[in-house]
Amino acid sequence: MSTALTPMATAPDPVTSWYEASARTRIRLLLDPGSFVELIGPEKREISPHLKVFDLPEQFDDGIVVGCGSLDGSKVLIAAQEGRFMGGAFGEVHGAKLTGLLRAARDIGSMPVLILFDTGGVRLQEANAGELAIAEIMRAVIEARSAGAKVIGLIGGRAGCYGGGGLIAGCCSGLIVSEQGRIAVSGPEVIETNRGVEEFDSRDRALVWRTMGGKHRRLMGAAEVFVDDTGQAFRDAALMLLGQVGGFELRTLTNEQARLEARLRDFGGCADAVDIWMAEGIADAASIPALPADQFIALADRAGRISHDAR
Amino acid sequence: MEDLSLHHLAPQPAKGAQKMAIVGVVASGNLEVLVERVLSDLECLIEIRTAAEGFGEVWNAVVADFVERYSPGGLKFSINDGGARPDTVSLRLAQAVRLMEGEQ
Repeated sequence: MSTALTPMATAPDPVTSWYEASARTRIRLLLDPGSFVELIGPEKREISPHLKVFDLPEQFDDGIVVGCGSLDGSKVLIAAQEGRFMGGAFGEVHGAKLTGLLRAARDIGSMPVLILFDTGGVRLQEANAGELAIAEIMRAVIEARSAGAKVIGLIGGRAGCYGGGGLIAGCCSGLIVSEQGRIAVSGPEVIETNRGVEEFDSRDRALVWRTMGGKHRRLMGAAEVFVDDTGQAFRDAALMLLGQVGGFELRTLTNEQARLEARLRDFGGCADAVDIWMAEGIADAASIPALPADQFIALADRAGRISHDAR
Repeated sequence: MEDLSLHHLAPQPAKGAQKMAIVGVVASGNLEVLVERVLSDLECLIEIRTAAEGFGEVWNAVVADFVERYSPGGLKFSINDGGARPDTVSLRLAQAVRLMEGEQ
């Protein structure tokens, strides 16, 4: 929490933990110093219209910061979810701010969008509005990509990227993930509640991490880049990925469908992530969860699957 | 939820020229403070929405102590509170004043 004590005028230390940082600190870690301009900022008080019905506290930015700035001199649009406010969950206003940003990207056409995910999914207190927001955002991501904008997701927060957040991440042009950045649709507790503890033991943290964590997502090709948990690593990866991701056309989707089918065919019988890594031919697969970031990145680069569109 | 509105007269105007700053997050045991330079020089207003009801006296004491120490004249503080302890509240208010002193 040391970052929260740093005044806004001072640039945060580049090795600040992404996981520990707030949404606003992450934006400052990512963008060029002083370049960020917030849209619909907290002083506008665009708060959730639903939370007061449930006698719950509101937040002035409804848990998401949106705006524009520059990354190594190039203009970008950016959105950052605050995972500590209601688990970073999507409500009506929260969702509308991201939809609006993506529609701006569609209209501009060439300006990339960076989405700093940190979410458990839809906010249950405003479930219908939240679900609609997810659908609108997914459409807006696809429209922005069709218009030529690259949409990059950055995932490494405490809430991970779950529920509708996982669906939106799946629509992005590329994803950057750290070990802590879990990506899935149904969360561990949801799976256990619906399918039983034999199917998935949500209290087995090692199981959760190797099934949904960043390392597995990178090895499966669901995330293009795996990074260490620092602001600098996320910034470097964003710059690199923006230079790599290709266009968006029908062929992108048919290739993606083919790759997903191949994944199901190759790994459908595996009972655990370790089985998948072994089937991939990775030696000493059981040691992967304990590997430090630099060694894992070297291993993942050897294993390939970069620029793999299927998620 | 409980709403509190506390008015104070500060001995001096707050330092710096920042128009607005925000600090903190609405979470259990935490709070956000939005501060704006919108009042006349010595006026200070603290508007609180808190999830912890019945702590008006504690808020009064914490805010009075804060105004005396930092003299935040001209500043309006809007607080969304998730049930923060008094020491956390003091810290966030102090952070908010520091941010208003920054050059940004």
